[in-house]
Amino acid sequence: MDFGFSEEQDLLRAQVRKFLEDQCPLEQVRQIAAGDEGYCPRLWGQLAELGWLGLTLPEEFGGLGLSWVDLVVILEETGRSLFPSPLLSTLLAATVIDQHGTAEQRQRWLPALIDGSSIATVALLDEQDYLVPQAIQLQGAAGDGGYRLSGEKRFVQDATAADLFLVAFRTGPGDDDLGLALVPRQAQGVSVADTEGWDRTKRSGVLTLDAVQVDADQLLGAAMLGAPAIASIIDYGALAVSAEAIGVCEGILNLTSQYALDREQFGSPIGRYQGVKHPLAEIYVDIECMKSLVYYAAWALEAQPDDAPAAIAKAKAYAAERTCNAGVAGVQLHGAIGYTDEYDMQLFMKRSKWSRATYGDEDFHYDRVAGYGGI
Amino acid sequence: MDFDFTEKEQAFRAEVKQFIADNLPPPEQRGEDFEKHWHAKLIEKKWIGFSWPKEYGGGGGTLIEQFILKEEMSKALAPDLGSDFMGLTWVGPALIRHGTEEQKKEFLPDLLNCRSSWCTGYSEPDVGSDLGSLKLRAVRDGDDYVINGSKIWTTRAHVARYIFLTVRTNPEAQSRYSGISVLLTPMNTPGIEVRPIVNIVGQHHFNQVFFTDVRVPVSARLGAEGEGWKVVMGALANERSGISESTGMERHLEKLKELARNSQKGGKPALQDAEVRRKLARFETQISAMRLNGLRNLTKQIKGAQPSSETSVNKLLRGILEIPMADLAMSLLGNEASGMGEWQFDALNFHGTVIGGGSPNIQRNIIAERVLGLPKD
Repeated sequence: MDFGFSEEQDLLRAQVRKFLEDQCPLEQVRQIAAGDEGYCPRLWGQLAELGWLGLTLPEEFGGLGLSWVDLVVILEETGRSLFPSPLLSTLLAATVIDQHGTAEQRQRWLPALIDGSSIATVALLDEQDYLVPQAIQLQGAAGDGGYRLSGEKRFVQDATAADLFLVAFRTGPGDDDLGLALVPRQAQGVSVADTEGWDRTKRSGVLTLDAVQVDADQLLGAAMLGAPAIASIIDYGALAVSAEAIGVCEGILNLTSQYALDREQFGSPIGRYQGVKHPLAEIYVDIECMKSLVYYAAWALEAQPDDAPAAIAKAKAYAAERTCNAGVAGVQLHGAIGYTDEYDMQLFMKRSKWSRATYGDEDFHYDRVAGYGGI
Repeated sequence: MDFDFTEKEQAFRAEVKQFIADNLPPPEQRGEDFEKHWHAKLIEKKWIGFSWPKEYGGGGGTLIEQFILKEEMSKALAPDLGSDFMGLTWVGPALIRHGTEEQKKEFLPDLLNCRSSWCTGYSEPDVGSDLGSLKLRAVRDGDDYVINGSKIWTTRAHVARYIFLTVRTNPEAQSRYSGISVLLTPMNTPGIEVRPIVNIVGQHHFNQVFFTDVRVPVSARLGAEGEGWKVVMGALANERSGISESTGMERHLEKLKELARNSQKGGKPALQDAEVRRKLARFETQISAMRLNGLRNLTKQIKGAQPSSETSVNKLLRGILEIPMADLAMSLLGNEASGMGEWQFDALNFHGTVIGGGSPNIQRNIIAERVLGLPKD
């Protein structure tokens, strides 16, 4: 039993934090958010050089072969600095390719995803915005030794940045009729449109497939992987978003605590008043709980896989609900300045709302917790 | 990061489970003599004061083993480890840290052998959450202190043999925190009078205690004169280690799930009601977080850090969970809620457990001031 980080993990955290503070302070975040690409290719290249894109991926493809606990350290920091990049999407896609891909598919894609030359994302959700494998509707019609995919995928993270999509589709009504197709951006019949949102540090888009031909070798794992493989993507996504949410809450707490110390009203720093200090104490409590739940879930993912789905559902339920609360409290405790464009609090508040919905909100995950807990 | 228990720890868990299977009857079959026999067996195992150092008669168990012991005992609905919760939780660790050899010899063996009975004197009629302003006066007179004033909300004062008494020895001290001392005072000392206070569930647990020219020898002082605040803060931090908070909450949750399984809501099984399900799932999630918070604090302690204000987190979580959990139970009970059952009792009694050791708002103050560095009120 050792519920703490190793020296190496503490060093990694310090390294990531310094890199992001130096290379991407909030002025830079704003610039990237205002641009078309949604990320900075120069910084993306540096992430690759530092090895962070392949942190959890096998060394034979250029990765570092570390664990999800290590990855959580990085994601907390990217959340804390609101770092805009397709890191989360690419990591998820690479993880799924590594787990389910054939030897050829892993060799074909993983080195490019790890060295930063390729950006990938997963496309799960259809018209019906319901995050379970059973709700996937996009049809693949058998033909020419493969499948022909037609339909629309919504809420595809980093869609405009990606050159590779992992598209979930079905060939029939059953759980076994679900598969994932590796679809390059330049394939015939693929089009991508950016979806405008308030949080421009996180990009999402619509992927439209118009009779896109998927050959047998583009079917991930050369088989219909079925519902469990897709459910595991949802779990990875939920855990990753929860880890970033810890950092988002820490950003909110730091900014707002400092403001509470600096801002004087009625002859005293407003942090002296319980109406201000108590909500801040609650954000601290929520961060502590989120850390406990996320760290345990990340450990369980590899060491106790049977317990991982329940642990991840708890982590994301808590993170979804309480990060959103922290965002609201952060703006309200600032007063009018928190409602301005120029002050940074709004960036964190917008991210808190993204963190709630992405990979399942609290209602979705509490329902899962109930199921796992025999309720 | 590693949540696996070592082979030695797993073997210890198996030993505890076996001990429970052999010695602990279910609650309804525990007769009058049960506690006496139970304590005798625990003493033999050295499981009372299990993590205290062996040189003071403790079991020399690791903090992890102590956690395993508490967790298994709680799951089995065992009574507290030992007969003197206050003494074992607060007085013993403070004695080990600050006591003279004579004091340790006098008090520690009784604590470990279920022969002690302590109460703690913190609050006063005008001093509750603001402990630093306590007024109970102790004036030095030769080799004695002479004590005058009053303590209140003193749980078990009517049965305790000793009181862990906080007094003001120097009202002129530079800081109000530096004029406080702790006196280990026998309750049968002349001049001490105990008046019962009945709580909202009709029970007599706490009291007001009056001190009129009460004389105790200087040798009864724990720690140096004027160092009482340090002694007390260490003792309170023990209470806030956070582990026992979560094991207790796990028990409440199991009881609540059981109630929900057997309840109806709107003419249908309550577990088909989306709101009931989500409320239970939310409690389960928060209580999992508490357990993990406790383990995280434990890891920090094992690596050498003393329990500090960050453990207020679990105390606060318990404070904001107990009353809503009882509230859900009351709603599941429907009209039965106006009866006299276990949950109806808890729905009232939790008001006391939530306040004891520092109310939720006090925990928020502690976190905001000591962890976040915000100015004091």
